[in-house]
Amino acid sequence: MNPSSSSTPRRSDGATRDSSNPRKNSNKPKYSRFTQQELPACKPILTPAWVITAYMLVAVVFIPIGLASLSASESVVEIVDRYDVECIPEHLRVDKVAYIRSSETKKTCTRSLSVPKHMKAPVYVYYQLDNFYQNHRRYVKSRSDKQLRYKSKEHDTSSCDPESTTSNGSPITPCGLIAWSLFNDTYKFSLAAKALDVNKKNIAWKSDKDHKFGRDVYPKNFQSGGLIGGGKLDASIPLSEQEDLIVWMRTAALPTFRKLYGKIEADLEPDDKLTVVIENNYNTYSFGGKKKLVLSTTSWIGGKNDFVGIAYLTIGGLCLFLAIGFAVLHLLCPRNLGDPSYLSWNRDAAARPTKL
Amino acid sequence: MGRGGARRRRERLRWSKLYSFACIRPSVLLDADAAAAAADSLGGPGFSRIVHCNQPRLHRKKPLKYPTNYISTTKYNILTFLPKALFEQFRRVANLYFLLAAILSLTPVTPFSAVSMIAPLAFVVGLSMAKEALEDWRRFMQDMKVNSRKVGVHKGDGQFGYKHWQKIRVGDVVKVEKDQFFPADLLLLSSSYEDGICYVETMNLDGETNLKVKRSLEITLQLDEDEAFRDFTATIRCEDPNPSLYTFVGNFEYERQVYALDPNQILLRDSKLRNTSYVYGVVIFTGHDSKVMQNATKSPSKRSRIERKMDKIIYILFTLLVLISLISSIGFALKTKYGMPHWWYLQPQNTTNLFDPSKSLISGIFHLVTALILYGYLIPISLYVSIEVVKVLQAMFINHDLLMYDEDTGNPAQARTSNLNEELGQVHTILSDKTGTLTCNQMDFLKCSIAGVSYGRGSSEVEIAAAKQIASEASGTADQNSNDPDLWENNRGDSGSLEIEIEGGITYSVEKAAKSKIKGFSFEDDRLMHGNWTKEPNAATIILFFRILALCQTAIPEFNEETGSFNYEAESPDEGAFLVAAREFGFEFCKRTQSSVFIRERYSSSEHPIEREFKILNLLEFSSKRKRMSVIVRDESGQILLLCKGADSIIFDRLSKNGRTYEAETSKHLNEYGEAGLRTLALAYRVLEESEYSAWNGEFFKAKTSIGSDRESHLERVSDLIERELILIGATAVEDKLQRGVPQCIDKLAQAGLKIWVLTGDKMETAINIGYACSLLRQGMKQICLSATNNDLLAQDAKKAGKESLLMQITNALQMVKLEKDPHAAFALIIDGKALTYALEEDMKDQFLSLAVNCASVICCRVSPKQKALVTRLVKEGTGKTTLAIGDGANDVGMIQEADIGVGISGVEGMQAVMASDFSISQFRFLERLLVVHGHWCYKRIAQMICYFFYKNIAFGLTIFYFEAYTGFSGQSVYDDWYMLLFNVVLTSLPVISLGVFEQDVSSEVCLQFPALYQQGPKNVFFDWYRIFGWMGNGLYSSLVIFFLTIGIIYDQSFRAGGQTADMAAVGTTMFTCIIWAVNVQIALTMSHFTWIQHVFVWGSIITWYLFLIAYGMSSPLISGNNYQILLEALGPAPIYWFVTLVVAAACNIPYLAHISFQRQWNPLDHHVIQEIKYYKKDVEDQNMWKRERSKARQETKIGFTARVDAKIRQLKGKLHRKAPSSTVQTST
Repeated sequence: MNPSSSSTPRRSDGATRDSSNPRKNSNKPKYSRFTQQELPACKPILTPAWVITAYMLVAVVFIPIGLASLSASESVVEIVDRYDVECIPEHLRVDKVAYIRSSETKKTCTRSLSVPKHMKAPVYVYYQLDNFYQNHRRYVKSRSDKQLRYKSKEHDTSSCDPESTTSNGSPITPCGLIAWSLFNDTYKFSLAAKALDVNKKNIAWKSDKDHKFGRDVYPKNFQSGGLIGGGKLDASIPLSEQEDLIVWMRTAALPTFRKLYGKIEADLEPDDKLTVVIENNYNTYSFGGKKKLVLSTTSWIGGKNDFVGIAYLTIGGLCLFLAIGFAVLHLLCPRNLGDPSYLSWNRDAAARPTKL
Repeated sequence: MGRGGARRRRERLRWSKLYSFACIRPSVLLDADAAAAAADSLGGPGFSRIVHCNQPRLHRKKPLKYPTNYISTTKYNILTFLPKALFEQFRRVANLYFLLAAILSLTPVTPFSAVSMIAPLAFVVGLSMAKEALEDWRRFMQDMKVNSRKVGVHKGDGQFGYKHWQKIRVGDVVKVEKDQFFPADLLLLSSSYEDGICYVETMNLDGETNLKVKRSLEITLQLDEDEAFRDFTATIRCEDPNPSLYTFVGNFEYERQVYALDPNQILLRDSKLRNTSYVYGVVIFTGHDSKVMQNATKSPSKRSRIERKMDKIIYILFTLLVLISLISSIGFALKTKYGMPHWWYLQPQNTTNLFDPSKSLISGIFHLVTALILYGYLIPISLYVSIEVVKVLQAMFINHDLLMYDEDTGNPAQARTSNLNEELGQVHTILSDKTGTLTCNQMDFLKCSIAGVSYGRGSSEVEIAAAKQIASEASGTADQNSNDPDLWENNRGDSGSLEIEIEGGITYSVEKAAKSKIKGFSFEDDRLMHGNWTKEPNAATIILFFRILALCQTAIPEFNEETGSFNYEAESPDEGAFLVAAREFGFEFCKRTQSSVFIRERYSSSEHPIEREFKILNLLEFSSKRKRMSVIVRDESGQILLLCKGADSIIFDRLSKNGRTYEAETSKHLNEYGEAGLRTLALAYRVLEESEYSAWNGEFFKAKTSIGSDRESHLERVSDLIERELILIGATAVEDKLQRGVPQCIDKLAQAGLKIWVLTGDKMETAINIGYACSLLRQGMKQICLSATNNDLLAQDAKKAGKESLLMQITNALQMVKLEKDPHAAFALIIDGKALTYALEEDMKDQFLSLAVNCASVICCRVSPKQKALVTRLVKEGTGKTTLAIGDGANDVGMIQEADIGVGISGVEGMQAVMASDFSISQFRFLERLLVVHGHWCYKRIAQMICYFFYKNIAFGLTIFYFEAYTGFSGQSVYDDWYMLLFNVVLTSLPVISLGVFEQDVSSEVCLQFPALYQQGPKNVFFDWYRIFGWMGNGLYSSLVIFFLTIGIIYDQSFRAGGQTADMAAVGTTMFTCIIWAVNVQIALTMSHFTWIQHVFVWGSIITWYLFLIAYGMSSPLISGNNYQILLEALGPAPIYWFVTLVVAAACNIPYLAHISFQRQWNPLDHHVIQEIKYYKKDVEDQNMWKRERSKARQETKIGFTARVDAKIRQLKGKLHRKAPSSTVQTST
């Protein structure tokens, strides 16, 4: 729009008010930059400079992050020990499920771990389960947050099926499949015959303890029915103090998951021999799940995982490649931006033989 | 007060005396046959209506209770709104699906909470219904406006008072005044003319602009004043309501006599009283019973091409949905059967059907339902509603565009239905009405040729522009490629005169004096004006010429006190223009009596006018068959003259030997005028001997009074006898005034690659003239005229012969078109209505269409409203391209409804076309902006928006599917219900809406300057399957990246320094954050136009997500569950959370960025290059380049002004070459 015509509406707009014929102009749209679609706008376009800069910027940011992540991941020391098979006496390994179900068999087993590198306190102790569908819909839904939080909501167990009430109808606290299948292996560490304390405090989120699990809610009727699932709870401790339960109730996203068991608040030196006495109670045998004990330090990015570093390096490298590729192509066959000969009508004309 | 005493003395004319033809009243009493026929039919089925005139009270009760005159065109009323609107909503497959999903969400199969399914659906449906309600409300208000118009109604005792239209009942006597619309179908009782005739304009009904005469029955003539209705009663028995406009069967029982009624006495609703001060009538049909309402068809709901394609995409997505649901449920069944028995923690022994390992098949089937709901995010629920919001806003922009606001009528453009906005950007063929659309139905006297001398300056604009360009090229002053598209602006801007003379003696002169604006008169030539004509050599002939103009007419003068001169009420606008011209030349028609016409003649500007009386002896009326009109007058000296005006071919055939003095010059001038798009008539006269006249008059009288079917032909034959041996005087050229900017608009539209067809009810000559005026036709174009041969064979044979000859014409023409080698050759197809009836028949229409599409322009004349619709359908279905029909009258309604887009011209009276249309504009020229700017933008916006929608929902929906594989296909979602609910409705909807509303690839000026950009729409560059699948592929890629990168990075290890591992809430939230970033960065990359609104919406959406997370995390853990304090406590402090977001957002968008950057760099589209030119301000630096490109940026076209100028230049250059073969002619290529 040329300047004169764009100013016309404004002028006549002013005149509308004192116009002698307001009816006729009442239909007239009011001028505003918005309704005329003339709002000031930035119209960025991808010039080669911008493209190369953008790729280079990504490369420059990503590659260092990738390297840093990788080195952080490298600095993490991790000990993983699978014990589900080893902890069954060899002659009973034929029928593992029977072994674990039996109340007769001795469940204690001793494992020894060697520390490969210096592990700075705190060393986190995890248990890792495989092939355990904590994310199954039936499982995830089977809990009652209300009951966990409020003493008065003890009867709020409708969502907990099939583990909501005892056979005589009194509510189970905590109800539901998740709580019912609580993990109950225990680990006792000792280093050079000296017991190594595992701190089981503060392994759950603070908010969970403070706001999700009631201070005045105590376990009730738990694991008292015909079917015994996993671990039992001390009925004298309120749920907010039952950190194992709180951790367990945070269902994992994937069938392979680790959960925090506790912290060893002492440095471990290289070649230290750790002895772990495991109370092997939890049944993963019926579904063929592995059980692992994991000891790990953390860095600023958390536990050991090279994937983040690799991802960053890949993307960064790809961008570097794209930037160089674009620059090279741009040098080899440059196009002058805004060159009208690239307009379709000129290109069509160029394709046709011209007689000049 | 006595009747006679109250009677005013009125000077009135017995019109029946003036007319020679068709003025015999219907016989007062029924003749035997008709009476029998009428008696048979009346009272029978279909003819049961009884109207008690002047006794509307009798029609309050059954069985004579008829509908009121209230009309309603709304779709709903208060009671039906809810069920009907809901039904409409759930006719959409996607909505129905979501409704089912919402119902199922109340059962245990649902993977989500019920509220997260119902809330978005309620929102989406509610919004659409609100829009429906608003649109219906507008219709209601429009109805109310019509219903509350007022008209004079007899209230009893001879008193008339005003009443709203809606209050009128059958049997009421109404008094309609001049220029008012008839409120219902009326029986004409009497009019202000003594003989009970009145003029009616039926433009709203059939689009014909000439006035029609209606005549009352003789018996009701005395009912011509208010008082007369004090005791008037009568009964009408007639047909039941029906849609036929041209028939009426009924009896009028009055004073114990029965009279037959025919359509001549019926005044139809929505036609208008003209040239008559008032009429009295009895209401026969009211409201929806009236013929025009019976004709109204429900406007079909139209859907745009893009939306129809979108449906296909939705079906594709549904297929995908069913497929992955099947995979998922098979997986689930297998997992349940073989895995579940071992998963003791699920208590498999204690389960319902949903998870029963022993009945895994049933569980699988249940799960299929679950899965169909779960993966529903593939189907964008908010797509329809977002599109609707976007379209309403786009329509708002169209309505508010000041450049489409017409100051004269005060009408802005209006998008009446908003669901076709993007279709505007894909139009391929425009079908246009002529009168009222291209022309304003106003005639201006522009030129005349008298005695072989052409008078009147002001050449047609084509000639001016061509001459100017030739001149500038020859002198070499302008740059080589000054093929300036702004020729118009240039010659508009010039003032003063411009005279160019080039070799070959072609002289053009342009005078742009301040025009004295006299309606109907644009003549400029001092040789004739101000009495100067007396100095011309052939002054005697000139007098005669002017007298013919002033005498050969049927108008009535009306003194205008303001201007002190006469205005004329003429039957056709041509005639009005002639009379105005005669007045300006000094031959003012001032009075008409029963037998004479008085003319004030003024021979020079100073002189006092002399009033002369001419006795009108006979009047031989104009008819389309005769194509001429004559009057026989006796002047003051007693000489009898026959004055004749008519089509040149007719007149030239009837010239006497010595009357051909000026034939050669005149026909040359006629050709020139014709090419300039002017309407021409030849004028001739003949001096009659007294004896010859009286002999002829005797025969004429006999013919006139004869009764019977051959009366007309008899009269015609007799007229023919006297209209011979004429002496040619000259010719007139009248400009059928085009609406402002029509040729320019047509030119631009043609450059944008649009085809333009003109469909008009007018006769062929007029249509061709307009074709020239609009540059749809030009000299040198090969015209293919198809018309049915008019033979008098029996109906059956005639039809067959007509068809055969037409088929031959078409085949020959096709042959000719195909054999044409010259690339510049252009063909024009002109077909008349009769030929069109044959051409539209099943066996011929394909050939006709293939001929038509090969012609540069197509003009259909004498087409009926129905044929207009049929032609439109033929083009629409035959070519498969988008058609746009534009018109202003009720006769265009069919075509407007049939076309993909109907555009109504508002402004002139009559709302039918506008009511039926999808868009209304007040001037044809606004079509350019509507299509090239709004259409182009809307098309791109909607196309990009839909593509993006599918992308984002695929990217999101598939992550849910991948996650299923990790949950044993149990139907658990990794995301919180609230996230999913918000995803479509809040978190990603506003950016895409802002894309759909505000995106501009290039500014509106550039759209107009580069009409070729428009072709991106008709070629469907932005919504072809390649692009759609590209976007879907992008969505697939993004979903893979989002899911696997996230779970790869946040795996089983602790995700923060505190040693905590991630649970499902943390993983889900992280993944969702990645999605929000990825899709919003994607849309930012897609946009090319950022106002603050886009910035706020895009970045605001991301910020909203974090704000939501914080707020959600702070709410009671009973609501937020495991997401309690998720951002502040768990994820926020973890660097890895932010790292995942960054790497995923980057990885998702790098391929797209690479694609667009490489495409732009090495394979740019037009708008890319133009954006760059604008970005670097190259258009300012190198204005020549900019101008040159603008002139090149037009589609190859053979019609329009520019093409015509080019053709003219080629022609003139050719001439130059031939004239001076030796001299070096500077040419530029």
